[in-house]
Amino acid sequence: MGKHAIHGALGVAGLFGLILLWWLGVHLFGEADGLSARFSPQATLGSLIELLGQAEVYEHIWVSLKRILIGLVLALLIGVPLGLLVGSYRHLEAATTPAFQFLRMISPLSWMPVVVMLMGVGDQPIYFLLAFAALWPILLNTAAGVRQLDPRWLQLSRSLSATRWETLCKVIIPGVLGHVLTGVRLAIGILWIVLVPCEMLGVSAGLGYFILDTRDRLAYSELMAMVLLIGVLGFMLDAMARGLHRRWVHA
Amino acid sequence: MTEVLLEARGISLGYPREQGWQSVLENFDLQLAPGEVITILGPSGVGKSSLLRVLAGLQQARAGSVSLLGEPLQGPHPRLAVAFQDPSLLPWLSLESNVAFGLDFARQPTLAASERRARIDHAIEAVGLQHAREQYPAQLSGGMAQRTALARCLARQPQVLLLDEPFGALDEVTRADMQQLLLQLIARHNTAAVLITHDIDEALLLSDRVLLLGNHPARTLGQWHIDLPQPREQRVEELGALRIDILKTLRRASRTPEPSSEPMPLPSETAHVPGRLHPHSS
Repeated sequence: MGKHAIHGALGVAGLFGLILLWWLGVHLFGEADGLSARFSPQATLGSLIELLGQAEVYEHIWVSLKRILIGLVLALLIGVPLGLLVGSYRHLEAATTPAFQFLRMISPLSWMPVVVMLMGVGDQPIYFLLAFAALWPILLNTAAGVRQLDPRWLQLSRSLSATRWETLCKVIIPGVLGHVLTGVRLAIGILWIVLVPCEMLGVSAGLGYFILDTRDRLAYSELMAMVLLIGVLGFMLDAMARGLHRRWVHA
Repeated sequence: MTEVLLEARGISLGYPREQGWQSVLENFDLQLAPGEVITILGPSGVGKSSLLRVLAGLQQARAGSVSLLGEPLQGPHPRLAVAFQDPSLLPWLSLESNVAFGLDFARQPTLAASERRARIDHAIEAVGLQHAREQYPAQLSGGMAQRTALARCLARQPQVLLLDEPFGALDEVTRADMQQLLLQLIARHNTAAVLITHDIDEALLLSDRVLLLGNHPARTLGQWHIDLPQPREQRVEELGALRIDILKTLRRASRTPEPSSEPMPLPSETAHVPGRLHPHSS
C-alpha cells in the first residue's frame, strides 16, 4: 500500500532525525575530545557492534527477557481470572475498583525496599515487582473486556443451546482475548520500564545490572550502547505485542 | 388436519411498570405447517422481536405456550434455528468457522466428522460464499455477513427457521438478492419459516401467509393467505390489491380508540383478491 510505504518512510526519517539531534547535542554542547565525546552516536555504535560480537551481552539480554516473561505469566495467571470475575459481577467491581485504582497508582519501584526486606535479594523480588506492575493493565482490561462483550454473541450461543462451559470457552474467553492482549501490550511497556531499575537491585545479570556495570567501569560508550539496545529491544517487544493483537482481532 | 410443526397459543407479552404491567402484545396464536413460510408483519413497537424470541425459546412469554412437534418448548431447541437482525458473527472466527459454530455443542445432535464437513461445505455453497470461506467478519460486506449467518442456520438443518428482520440493514439490491436466496433455500430444504418484518413488500414477496400485528396493546389484526407461485415480482396487480388491503386494515385499527378492558370483538380480516388468494381457515 502506498500509504503504508509513506508512513514507514516517515517513521524511518524520524528515527534518523533523532540520531541527528543526538549527534548535534553532543557536538554542540560537549567539549571536543572531552568526556562527552564518549556519548556520541559514533562511539556508541562502535561499542554496540563490539558488544554484540561478544557472548556476554546476550546472556544479559536473555536473563532480562526471561524475567519479563515470568513477570508477565504471573500477572496473566492472576489478572485474567480476577478480571473475568470482577467484570462479571457489578458488586464485586464496585467493591474492588477504588482499591485497584489506588494500588495501580503506586509506583511498583516504591515497594522495592519492602520486597527486598521480605524476600531478600535475588530474582524473587524482581519477579514480584514485575508481576505487580503488569497485573493492573491486564486485570483492568480483562474486566473491561467482559463488560464490553457483545450481548448478541451471548444470545447466539444461547440460541445454539450452548452449555455454560461452552459459552465460557467458545464465546466469553475468545471475546475477551482482544482486550487481554491490549492489557498485555500495555503491561509489556510497563514491564520494560520497571525491569531496568529492578535489575539494579543486587543481582548479577540483566540489562539493568549491565548499565551499572558499565558505569562502574567508566565505559560510557558501552553504557550508551546499552541504552540504545534497551530501546531497540523494547521497540521489538511492543511490535510483537501489537502484531499478536492484530492477528487475533483481524482488524 | 395437517401436521403442525410449531404452535403458539395465547401468547402475551409485556414489561413491568411501576404499577402493574404494561401489555405489549395480547393473545397471539400461530400454527406453522411443514414447509410453510409465515410472515409476522407489523409496525415498530408491537413486540415482534420479543415474540420471535419467545418462539425460539429464548424468552418467556407473560402468558401462553409454545410447542414444537407437539412437545412444549422449554428453551432453545436443536431443530429451531434463529437468524437475528444482526448477523452476530464472531469476529475471531473465519467465515467457515462461523458457519460451523455450535455444530459440535453438547446439546446439538452428534455428527460424524464427514457429515459435519459436508454440512458446512453445503451451507457455504448454498449461500454462494465458497470464495470467502477463509475470510474474517471484518472483511465481509453486510450482505456477505448476512449470508454467513444464514449458512450458519442452514448447516444445522433445522425444521423451523426463525428470522428477525434479517435483511433490514441491507441495501435494496442486496436485500432483493437475499430474499430470493432465502426462498430457494427454504424450497430446497423444505424448511418452514417464520419471518418478522415491518416491510409489507417483503411479506408479500416471501410468504405463504401474512399475520398482521397492530394496535396498543398489539394483537393479530388479520391474516392473509397468498397462493401466488414464485417468483412474485411480476404479480404487481394481485400483490398491489393485497397491499392496499393490509394497509387499510392497519389504518382502520389505528383509528379505533384505545381499547377498553374488554377484548376487541374484531374478527380476523381475510383476504379477498379473487382467484389468487383465499381466506384463511384454521
